[in-house]
Amino acid sequence: MLRNKKLFVVLSVLLVLALLVPGCSSGSKSTKKDADKMKVAFMYVGPVGDAGWTFEHDRGRKYLQEKLPWVETTYVESVPEGADAERVLTELAEKGNKVIFATSFGYMDYVIKVAQKYPNVIFMHCSGYKTAANVGTYFGQIEQPRYLSGIVAGKMTKTNVLGYVAAHPIPEVIRGANAFTLGVLSVNPKAKVKLVWTNTWYDPAAEKEAGKSLLEAGADVIAQHQDTPGPQQAAEEKGKYGIGYNSDMRSYAPHANLTSPIWNWGPYYVKVVQAVKDGTWKPEQYWGTMADGVVDLGPFGDAVPEDVRKLVEEKKQDILSGKLVVFAGPLKDQKGTVRVKQGEKMTDEQILNMDWFVKGIDGTIPSK
Amino acid sequence: MESMWIAILTATVTAGTPLLYAALGEVLAQRAGVMNLGIEGMMLVGAMAGFGVTVRTGQPWLGLVAAMGAAGLLALVHAFLTVGLRANQVVSGLALTIFGTGLSGYLGKSMVGIPAKATFKTWALPGLGDLPVVGPILFRQDTLVYLTYLLVPAIWFFLYHTRPGMNLRAVGENPAAADAVGINVSVTRYVYVVAGGLLAGAAGAYLSLAYAPSWLENMTAGRGWIAVALVIFAMWDPVRAMAGAYLFGGVDALTFRLQALGVVIPSFFLKMLPYVFTIAVLIVSTRETILRKSAAPGALGLTYDREGR
Repeated sequence: MLRNKKLFVVLSVLLVLALLVPGCSSGSKSTKKDADKMKVAFMYVGPVGDAGWTFEHDRGRKYLQEKLPWVETTYVESVPEGADAERVLTELAEKGNKVIFATSFGYMDYVIKVAQKYPNVIFMHCSGYKTAANVGTYFGQIEQPRYLSGIVAGKMTKTNVLGYVAAHPIPEVIRGANAFTLGVLSVNPKAKVKLVWTNTWYDPAAEKEAGKSLLEAGADVIAQHQDTPGPQQAAEEKGKYGIGYNSDMRSYAPHANLTSPIWNWGPYYVKVVQAVKDGTWKPEQYWGTMADGVVDLGPFGDAVPEDVRKLVEEKKQDILSGKLVVFAGPLKDQKGTVRVKQGEKMTDEQILNMDWFVKGIDGTIPSK
Repeated sequence: MESMWIAILTATVTAGTPLLYAALGEVLAQRAGVMNLGIEGMMLVGAMAGFGVTVRTGQPWLGLVAAMGAAGLLALVHAFLTVGLRANQVVSGLALTIFGTGLSGYLGKSMVGIPAKATFKTWALPGLGDLPVVGPILFRQDTLVYLTYLLVPAIWFFLYHTRPGMNLRAVGENPAAADAVGINVSVTRYVYVVAGGLLAGAAGAYLSLAYAPSWLENMTAGRGWIAVALVIFAMWDPVRAMAGAYLFGGVDALTFRLQALGVVIPSFFLKMLPYVFTIAVLIVSTRETILRKSAAPGALGLTYDREGR
């Protein structure tokens, strides 16, 4: 027993020392070198290696680091959307970060809560809708490049059947499938889009399987909403085409991948941090467009011919100039009922809460 | 219509194979009396190691060996903790899963986004591949699938018709009695826990080298846990494990194809089915245990201490 006690004391001392040592070193470092640097932190919901959503945010972080040398960035990955988020946010604020980006919807209430305690820290929350004096939100209209990717798919299909591997039945995904379909129909009114749900964001094998099922059902271009390249790989194996998502997915399916709607957060992160430094930052609800560069269409695959590239480029210019609006009437739902009349546009509110499929989609939204 | 069912059943075999490898490994470990809840972690480490070696060497076979070796090493840790140190099997297994998930994510970071240089491709077995219906379903798969056709009867024969197999079952059923007749309980448990790890590694390699050739963090997406459920479902029998793996794999394959056909069954419902089956089998098997028939190995989950009797 006595021996155990001694051991316990020794271990405790070691533990305390271990805690002190890094504390000292970082303390001394920050006095000189880091004092003139602005600290910016990112909180991610997934691992930075997911090849999708978090990967793209982290690419934005690296871009920020590169463009603004006076900024020092850190990140915390795989933070669950729960009480842990509050703890991590508090830690990041305590560590002296001036701007904190929280990049998942489920962080919303924790961001608001922690922001009240640290009024001098700016919090930016991605995809949420709650703001405060020091909390802004931001998101992007990925449906714009999705519409363009639909044009590519509509032009490339030979069977006039397109496949869409949808993630979860929520407005964001429904919106994406609708935008893709409208793009398809704009160049190929005879085509239809077969859609299946995986109810996953991240399961490479299941999503590949879903892609295969659509190929077997006659589709020859597969689009997707998940964060893995599974559906692209299915298309690659069968010698068909695919449209990726989130990031350029050509490396996974070099022959099949036609293009991917992608996120490009870097320029926006630079803008926000610069504004904070200049003292011009204001809490806003930012919903970025292709014109802002937050969303874009990724590079084309080799299979896309010159005339299609040209057409997409033209339509892209129309979107950039505001001439082409994705959710503008006339829009009919699957039953043929007119939902948006000719000459009308959907409001942001309607777009954000979209819960119906446009005509041309062959699939059902599960009832709640 | 017929071709659609063939496509579904072909996908069933593919989807069932990683589950089958992992479940066969767990059958061996649990038959020796050691529960290993670290399958998910071992599969991930295997998938990562297998993919990494294949990318560097261009040889999927070397990748498979690396996957099995890496997962086998993790299993060795579990064996050391639970057999050597007599630690709690559930705690050690859970720790192994968490550790394996983190380790594979950390070491695999640089491999995200790299396409697989070489994979296990599907090829038709000469003769058998041309059979109607059965041919495309069973005999136009990849080599790793064909290996399971040999592995399942081999393990079945080993378990029930050889002396080492009987020793293995004795150790899991009643280690004290096995010890008394001169079987080395610790060595037996070490061997089969590691064998289980090797097979979990093969399951991981199947995912990253054949099924969805790439490395992504957490790419097993819960298949390790389904394999654990599958072992109970199979009542620790390799042949039933094969049937179960295809049943569970079939649910996967069916989910999307029914949707593509326009049949509206909520996919959550289908995803739930494997677990409903497992619970049903648990109820039935527990009744059988009460009636003194076969069921779980008697000493499953219990550490054995010769002096502790």
